[in-house]
Amino acid sequence: MATTVKEEFDRIRNTEVWRTIFRSGSGSSNLHRSQAVQQNIFLHLFSVKVRSRALDFSPTWYLGALTLSTFFILIATGILLMFYYHPSVPQAYADMKDLQFVVASGVFLRNLHRWSAHAMVFLVFAHMFKVFYRGAYRPPRQFNWVVGVFLLLITLLLSYTGYLLPWDQLAFWAVTVGSNIAKAVPLMGKQIRFLMLGGNEVNANALLRFYVLHCVILPLAAILLVGVHFWRIRKDGGLYVPEKKKL
Amino acid sequence: MSNVKTQEQTTGEIAKDCDCKDSSRREFFAKVGMGSLIVAAAGTGLFSYEYFSPNVLFESAPIIKAGKPDQFPAGTVTLDAQSGIYLINGPKGFYALGAICTHLGCLTAWKPELDLIACPCHGSRFNRDGVKVAGPAPQPLPWLKVWLAEDGNLMVDRSSPLKEPEYVKV
Repeated sequence: MATTVKEEFDRIRNTEVWRTIFRSGSGSSNLHRSQAVQQNIFLHLFSVKVRSRALDFSPTWYLGALTLSTFFILIATGILLMFYYHPSVPQAYADMKDLQFVVASGVFLRNLHRWSAHAMVFLVFAHMFKVFYRGAYRPPRQFNWVVGVFLLLITLLLSYTGYLLPWDQLAFWAVTVGSNIAKAVPLMGKQIRFLMLGGNEVNANALLRFYVLHCVILPLAAILLVGVHFWRIRKDGGLYVPEKKKL
Repeated sequence: MSNVKTQEQTTGEIAKDCDCKDSSRREFFAKVGMGSLIVAAAGTGLFSYEYFSPNVLFESAPIIKAGKPDQFPAGTVTLDAQSGIYLINGPKGFYALGAICTHLGCLTAWKPELDLIACPCHGSRFNRDGVKVAGPAPQPLPWLKVWLAEDGNLMVDRSSPLKEPEYVKV
């Protein structure tokens, strides 16, 4: 007698190995289901139960989830690009050109990274406008709004630091202009620019600093704050979903 | 024995002398601990600032050799893009201008057909004396010190802008 897929899956879920990884085991009671969420390090950030209306398109337009998706694409493609990119002058430009013309699928990955970066900046803004105009930033969610503002800043800094890495004319002058804007900070503008560039001009030190910020420091900061951001959704009582108006 | 004061008497006297509330041992150690953390944090900040400020830079020297005077015919404005300066052979003599736009640091270019120096980034324009004639630049282009070296080359110091125009006659 052949077993159904569901029976086979239940059998696997009751094996000892499965039970050591997913402690909740099989079963479809509310307890089992909530344990499956609570006992998973990734899922435990989220609520065990949400109102079905929170899953509708209209309250969120899924903008936060879409932003997260672009972030995942950026991490995956970014790591792959790092296998061919040297953050040195003038090798960086040649590596970028190699990715376009020599490396298999290089142009696809580079363009995917670039377009996802543009999309992420757009989606972050769209997400914030949506949250703002729905009033979802109001208590008790005001802290999560502030976390979101920091995530916006990190997104913009990621975008800005990544802009230098191709080491072409556009990148060079954009960062020249940007670092001179930073110089306009009162009192310590010059020091800020010097620390940013690791010198007085946009050069090898600046490229290396922007590379480390782009590939290590800012992504780690973003991952940390994204974790807080999602966890706070649960702690603040789930997504903001007003009662449906009675017609 | 009569000279030895008990702990109670001592703390009592101090409290009387300074007219303030005496802190307990626990509060004292908490303050010492917090204070040392603040010192450590400040030290970390200072060391970080020092660490991230390079002590040796591999950037071009401020004084540059522009070339022999006869390389610059009368009435011409010559851009040296590598060092970011203009060398101008004007009616009163040779002088040099910084070629970096005072707005946001882009390299400007000489437009002979307009008789103007133009910045490609945000449209600032300067005349051949460095005076701004259009655009967002807040300052004129700086005048740089020029002199004739013993080997016959014109030298330019990019580090110290001049307050008053100076010309070098050759």
